[in-house]
Amino acid sequence: MSRRTWEIVLPASLVVLLAFVPKISADIPRLFNGPLNSPGTLQLLALCLLFGGVALTYDLLFGYTGLLSFGHAFYFAVGVYFTAIALTKWHWGFGPSLLFVAALGLVLPTLIGAVSLRVGGIAFAMVTLAVAQVGAVLVIKNPRGWTGGEEAFGTDYAALPDAFVGVLNTKNLYWLALVYAVAVFLIVRWAVESSPGRIWQAIRENEQRVEVLGLHPHRYKLMAFVLSSFLATAGGVVYLLLQTGPTPHVTSADFTLTLLIMVVLGGAGTKWGAMLGGVLYTYLNNRLGAVGDSSTVQGLPEVLRVPLSEPLFLLGTLFILIVFFAPGGITGLATRGRRPTSMRQLESSLRAERAEVTAPVQTTEEGA
Amino acid sequence: MSAAVAPAAARPLLAVSDLHVYIGESHVLQGVSFDVPEGGVTALLGRNGVGKTTTIRALLGLTHRRGTVSFDGADISHAPTHRIVRRAIGYVPEDRDVFAGLTVAENLRLAERDAQPRYELVYDLFPRLRERARQRAGTLSGGEQQMLALGRALLNENRLLLVDEPTKGLAPLLVTEVARALERIAELTTVLLVEQNLAVVRRIARDAVVLDQGRVVHVGDAAALLADRDRVHRLLGVSGGGHP
Amino acid sequence: MSTFVLLTITGLGLGAMYFLIASGLSLIYGLMGVLNFAHGFFLTVGAYGTWWMELHLTGIGSIWLRYMIGAAFGIALGALVAGVVELVLIRPLYQRHIEQVLVTVGLAIAGTALVQAIWGADQRAFVTPPWLNETTDVLGAKVPNDRWLEIATAAVVFVLLQLFLRRTRYGLIIRAGVENRSMVQALGIDVRKAFTLVFAIGGVAAALAGALSNVYFGSVTPERGTSLLIFAFIVVVIGGLGSLGGSAVASVVVGLSQQYANYYGSTGMGEIVVILLLGVVLLVRPRGLAGAVAT
Repeated sequence: MSRRTWEIVLPASLVVLLAFVPKISADIPRLFNGPLNSPGTLQLLALCLLFGGVALTYDLLFGYTGLLSFGHAFYFAVGVYFTAIALTKWHWGFGPSLLFVAALGLVLPTLIGAVSLRVGGIAFAMVTLAVAQVGAVLVIKNPRGWTGGEEAFGTDYAALPDAFVGVLNTKNLYWLALVYAVAVFLIVRWAVESSPGRIWQAIRENEQRVEVLGLHPHRYKLMAFVLSSFLATAGGVVYLLLQTGPTPHVTSADFTLTLLIMVVLGGAGTKWGAMLGGVLYTYLNNRLGAVGDSSTVQGLPEVLRVPLSEPLFLLGTLFILIVFFAPGGITGLATRGRRPTSMRQLESSLRAERAEVTAPVQTTEEGA
Repeated sequence: MSAAVAPAAARPLLAVSDLHVYIGESHVLQGVSFDVPEGGVTALLGRNGVGKTTTIRALLGLTHRRGTVSFDGADISHAPTHRIVRRAIGYVPEDRDVFAGLTVAENLRLAERDAQPRYELVYDLFPRLRERARQRAGTLSGGEQQMLALGRALLNENRLLLVDEPTKGLAPLLVTEVARALERIAELTTVLLVEQNLAVVRRIARDAVVLDQGRVVHVGDAAALLADRDRVHRLLGVSGGGHP
Repeated sequence: MSTFVLLTITGLGLGAMYFLIASGLSLIYGLMGVLNFAHGFFLTVGAYGTWWMELHLTGIGSIWLRYMIGAAFGIALGALVAGVVELVLIRPLYQRHIEQVLVTVGLAIAGTALVQAIWGADQRAFVTPPWLNETTDVLGAKVPNDRWLEIATAAVVFVLLQLFLRRTRYGLIIRAGVENRSMVQALGIDVRKAFTLVFAIGGVAAALAGALSNVYFGSVTPERGTSLLIFAFIVVVIGGLGSLGGSAVASVVVGLSQQYANYYGSTGMGEIVVILLLGVVLLVRPRGLAGAVAT
């Protein structure tokens, strides 16, 4: 078969295989706590697929368009919180709530992006960080008791469709997550290979050149921003369904940084990298806790046991090692761990930005 | 003025061999090779964009480079910039690159390397620097900044000075002043001079190395080259004399 | 009126802490081009170092002395950790700024997790010297005394840093390096030593902020570094990357705005106002209040 055919057949087979997982009652010891079709395992797999998708939405911004955003979690959180609020606090139906969140997912990034994309590089990164902080603050502030503040509140189950409620229906949620991941992958692939998509990559490479060619980079950046944020919001909705209710954690800066880690772990700006990173990170984050509780680790001297039982410590360290030895992430290991193109280009655009931001005062011309 | 030709047996102060530099995808220097003999001024010439500044920067290790560069017999092909400079090489960059936020005196102090920096020499050559010692370098005129950049390189006893387009953007009166300063400097140290102003080159350069499209296309006596109008036109794209 | 006075002084106290964190961040970014996300971790190191030492100095009766020694220990630890981080994690990635930023992200996460693993995620009470818990009457306002300590510390640090930048050779190198790093190299100076120094200085200032935050909040917790870091970033950007004076002015502005808005508006308004301020500054003057001159 030709390469092109393989590129379609292989992933398609994978999707089909994944679709059948809830029917497989095989036990994979060490990797999972229960058989594949048990609710616990399906929940974990669903989360992995979900975050594979969400990581890819972030890669669209960072790896493809070269926009370093520290506030991507904000749009995800919008999906999580507004769905929960509409259902539980405003007592809307499921359909209207979804429509409302979808509208928000388009309008908010358009407005916010139009303003924040007027600056680039580090300044843009800071603005996105600040926007996300606003979200975090608003959630804690708990206006009119809607967001629940620091404590989680439970989503009103009655408002959700029956198919998504109850432990026995975890497989439906699993399929939903699978659909989400596949949809995000296809949409991003299509977008990146379309003509606006090529301009995104051109922008990442050399924004000035794009401008000189008469195209307005701002417009295209906004497109990428809105698309990626909308898809993240959709991911937020799915996430809410997978959980019992929203929690403030999704608004934290830590959470966006987690997305960044996922993307770099897998390989920024590559076809499969972000997804792979999202799946792997979610899995590790969940399972490393079990490793830490295992008898082997518990038996170690305290100096080793304490750090090793903390999943985030392991993940943070792993991340540092990846950045050092394989900045191209896992997919980059195939190309011998060289620095990925996306990073090189993001680096030079940041450096150009820095030169502008920290340029010394201009001198008067000669005439002494 | 042209000095006597250096004795053939003497080792060149700077020997460059097969220098390659890539900037992004662009193969800017494609195997540049030339020597700089000790004493006097060697001019590095060529049209805009042929790679003169890149060559200077590559010699200092300010860009990634491949090839062999040896200074006074020592291999500096892979040395880091600060080590190269500490071998007594001074640098006067194309855009002067004085530190705008620092005063003139601070700019000079930063440049001190030797135990006995030659302030008297610098102030003698450029009295205006003494006057403006406490002034922020960013508020100096272009000409004064050029003097500061030159003075900074003169402070230490350098065996080689890399000077990149010192008269760029200066009014004719200042060009003469800089040329005169360079003459005196050339008495003290070897100079590799990038310069588009051929009148200046004619005045002070002994040897000339001409670049075109990232390669060396001519090496020889500066005066002889500049006297050959056709050649000058062909290689440098001007009809001789100063630039507009 | 007395409320206003109270808000102003507590706002300055908050600004003082922001300045301590922001000063290091600003110099590090200005000189090295590194957005140091691990700076909050340096604060945490200082905070926990102070707390731990204080707890263990059971032989000494005076709480003040224990606090001072604890703080000295915390600061030394902060400097050490920061210096080691630069040498081991940052220096090898020279010129690869994205990777350097990413490494600090990884360190921030791993470091905070480590602290959490050792001492737990909950906050621990901090024993504060009694005077700091009392109040002083100023124009009718009852000002908590710890604010004086914070303001005084920040002022002293500011002066010391200015003296360092203006009067020492390394200060000169740093000021020049913020403007044009490669030209400094071209003068025969190995800038990398200045990098380690700047990281260590940042570590000292952040650890100092950590020691002070223990008193300000009355407790020590693993996440304080991260939450304060975000505001410190905002201060740095508003003030101008690489400018110490800019950071100083911006910290005062941010601290005061936050306090006023939180009181005269409603809780949480303070944070939002600050963020809006950032947005306005970035759109109107992306270089920040002072641009980048390291003074």
